[in-house]
Amino acid sequence: MPFDRSMNVLIVDDYKTMLRIIRNLLKQIEFNNVEEASDGTEALAKLRGGSFGLIISDWNMVPMTGLQLLQEVRADARLKATPFIMITAESKAENVVAAKQAGVSNYIVKPFNAETLRDKIEKVLGHD
Amino acid sequence: MIADVVKTMPATMSGDLSAQETSLLAEVAALGRTISCAKAELAALRVDDITDNHIPFATDELDAIVEHTAKATNAILTSCETLDAVAASLSDEPAAKLRVATAQIYEACSFQDITGQRITKVIATLKTIELKVAQIVATFGNGEDVMEVVQADGPAEVVLLNGPQRPAVAMDQSDIDRLLASFE
Repeated sequence: MPFDRSMNVLIVDDYKTMLRIIRNLLKQIEFNNVEEASDGTEALAKLRGGSFGLIISDWNMVPMTGLQLLQEVRADARLKATPFIMITAESKAENVVAAKQAGVSNYIVKPFNAETLRDKIEKVLGHD
Repeated sequence: MIADVVKTMPATMSGDLSAQETSLLAEVAALGRTISCAKAELAALRVDDITDNHIPFATDELDAIVEHTAKATNAILTSCETLDAVAASLSDEPAAKLRVATAQIYEACSFQDITGQRITKVIATLKTIELKVAQIVATFGNGEDVMEVVQADGPAEVVLLNGPQRPAVAMDQSDIDRLLASFE
């Protein structure tokens, strides 16, 4: 199924460097409408105030973690169908299982490469 | 505290002491001397230097590493963004080559996030050591202000904040993909 690369993408990470890296990698695969949030609370406010076709979030953030953000998104009637990719250094099986049980669409472990990011986005959104 | 008890004990006792009581008193006195020696040795070691100087110095140095690597990474990213902008003005083949190169630099720059998280874990460990040393000093010193040591246990969500794993024991992307696939 084709997907629209002009969709709004929300990237969430407490490391500004990481936000910059992901934004640039997304730009290279022609996702140009990218918004940023530095933690789950800010992300949730942006999600509730806008329209996003994809969420890419880190896990380890305060005060609201990526897992809590995922749980909030899945519990929100308007947001629950939004594809959610976790990009995190949390690579323990218990983390992956917890994310899957919370409804994560895909899971990328840091450090990651551009190919993995593109592959997971295509898997989540469907090939265009 | 035991030394104080030993000093006051004879004054509170009346009449002749039995052999058993004398033996017990001698043992308590010996224990009191051992504790006094331990306190003197601890003081001579200047253990409070660990909490006053060594650990704050180490955490400040680690904070500086994070700050410097962040600055360096941002400078690299700025240059990469310039190259990406140049790529947009080139023909397809050189532009694609340039974008592959910048993508690889972006990937490599994620080290700053990983090392930052690892250093944060080290700082947390140092702070735990600092608290435990302070607790020991307080216990064997004046008995004042015993600091509460933060326990590792917490809500399930906190337990899941493990941070980066050592490469030798960490699951890689293919392990995670297999685990996710097992749910389907």
